[in-house]
Order: sequence, then C-alpha cells, then structure tokens
Amino acid sequence: MATNKEKLFKLFISTLYLSAFTFGGGYVIVTLMKKKFVDQYHWIEEDEMLDLIAIAQSSPGAIAVNGAIVVGYKLAGVLGIIVSVIATIIPPFIIISLVSVFYNAFRNNLYISLMLEGMQAGVGAVITSVVFEMASGIVKEKNALYLMIMFFAFILNYFFKVNVIYIILTCIIIGILYSLKKQRRDIE
Amino acid sequence: MNYFQLFLSFLTIGAFSFGGGYAAMPLIQNQVVDLHHWLSFYEFSDLVTISQMTPGPIAVNSATFVGIKVGGIFGAFVATIGCILPSCLIVTIIAYFYLKYRHLKMLQDVLNVLRPAVVSLIAVAGVSIILAAFFGENRIALYSLKLHMVIIFAVCLYLLTVKKTNPIIVMVMAGVLNVIYNMFI
Repeated sequence: MATNKEKLFKLFISTLYLSAFTFGGGYVIVTLMKKKFVDQYHWIEEDEMLDLIAIAQSSPGAIAVNGAIVVGYKLAGVLGIIVSVIATIIPPFIIISLVSVFYNAFRNNLYISLMLEGMQAGVGAVITSVVFEMASGIVKEKNALYLMIMFFAFILNYFFKVNVIYIILTCIIIGILYSLKKQRRDIE
Repeated sequence: MNYFQLFLSFLTIGAFSFGGGYAAMPLIQNQVVDLHHWLSFYEFSDLVTISQMTPGPIAVNSATFVGIKVGGIFGAFVATIGCILPSCLIVTIIAYFYLKYRHLKMLQDVLNVLRPAVVSLIAVAGVSIILAAFFGENRIALYSLKLHMVIIFAVCLYLLTVKKTNPIIVMVMAGVLNVIYNMFI
C-alpha cells in the first residue's frame, strides 16, 4: 500500500487528469474513475465502487464533482475530499476563465459568432437526443407514476412557469413516500 | 456587486440539480437569466454551447463564467464554492452512512421518481434554446424562421441518433455549416 502522502498525490494527479481530458460529462468521468481506482490501482473494491458511483449519481450537484468526493472520502477522508475536489475544479475553472476573457472579443468576430450561432442548432440537437434517450428509457419502464410525473413536470414548467425548485422538491417528497410505501409492502 | 447573492444563487443550483449532465441547465437559466439577469438568454445559450465543447460540468463552468462576468475572479471563486458546497456536504453525509450501513434503497427510489421530472425540465430548457436557434432574437413567426438552422438541426439530430456520431464533432460541423451558409449562399 502506498504511503498516505503518495496516495494523496496520486489521487490529485488522477482526478486532475480525468477532469481535464474527459469530454462528455459526469457519466463518462465516473466510469473512468472506476477504471483508474478499481482496475488499475486496486484501491477500492468493485462492488463498493459501483455503490459509490450510485451515490454520486443520485446526489444533487455535478456528477464529476460528486464522484471526486466519494472517491476522495473513501481513500483519505476529509483531506481526500479536499484534494480530489480541488483537482476536479481546476481544469474547468482555468479553461472557462480564459474563455470569458476572450468571449467579448470573440463574439464580435464575424466567423466566430456565425460558428457559435450554428453550434446553437447543434447543441439543441444534442439536448434533443439526450432527452429522447432518457424519456424512452422511462417510458419502457411502464410505471404509471413515472409517466405522470414526466407529463405534469413538463406542463407545469412549460405552460404554467412553475419554478423548477418547487417541482424538484415535490418530487423528492413523492419519492420518499413512494419508497416508504414500497418498503412496507416488501415487509408484508 | 453582491457576492452573497452570487453565492446563494449557485448554492441553489448546486443543491437542486439532480441527475447530472444537463440537469443543472434549467436551474442555471432560472437563477442567472430569469431571476438575476446576470446573463442575457443569448449569453446563456453560448455558455451551454461552450460547456458542451469543453471538459468540466456545466454548473462549474457557469459558476466560473457568470462569476467572472459579474464579480471578476473573486466572483468566480465565490460562485464555484457555492456551487460545489451542497455536493460536498450531502455526498459526504450519504457516503458516511453508506460505508457504515451499506444501504441505499431510499436514495435510489427518490432518484427514480426525480428522473422523469428532470427529463421534462431539460426538455423545457432545450425547447427555448432550439427556438432561439431557429428564430434568433426575432418574434416567433413563419417569416422570421431561419430555414438553414432548421436544416442544420435536422442533420445534427440524424447524425447523433442514427449514426451515433460524437457530439463534439457534430457541434463543430453545425458551426462550420452555418459559416459556409452565410459566406457562400
């Protein structure tokens, strides 16, 4: 087993690297974390890592940050969290800082503004395909409650402009009640 | 500049974005565009585009971008800390109990119920970005529809869903097509 200092250093470098070079969001990053910390370093058991990933995905916030927190915590407690979260934040912080410095100059450049304008149609398509994939996954589950929630969340937010936070809070409460009911049914 | 408000807004975004990926987008739009007017809708839409092209979570990217715009580099720090603080607390508490009791059932049930709502919220935010791409800053009407944008959108959607092309390649292509259209057609 590596010494604590070595381990923290390796944790820092690996999370920094993953954060800087992973395109495609949190789901990709946690898979790569599993490869690194389970398959390569053997620091975490596979089953435990899958549960830790589930925690990272079910908690609020960015999945990449949450993934860094669970891994850091598991490996080195609070110090581990600080190290891995800082490493995860550094790359986007630097990249976006640079982008914002140049943003105004860039935005007034004809080619770049046309590029960005076209990319808006592209990002619209990316979002559409993500939504379509997620929604068809939910429809396939054939659960009346999920379908109703999907329907009403859209109607309330789009047509009635109900604040997203209220919709999410309501769903958390419904989720807790649903879980309690299910657990009671399992006991009976 | 009210740094406390910046901190609170990103704390809210961090605390209520469940499900990763684009889940934070409707919340960011709500706080940053609708409530506090730190970004125009067009800047927000650019921000989503830039986030798709760079590594890093959209919430952290927005915290840095908005923070710098309204409060310089210190603003970026304040917003970023606000954005990750809820994660640090909530995830650590859950991980602590998990490593002690190995039980995650309720958490997963709650997420299952949240997911359909999150899909719809992303869809709503997506609709406004698509409308902005199709109509620009004009009123939504047939005469202001930019037909070439609709075509670029359709081509991208085809590549993404049928050909499973990498989203970054699709985005670059969308940008290049628009440049070509405006320069040569």
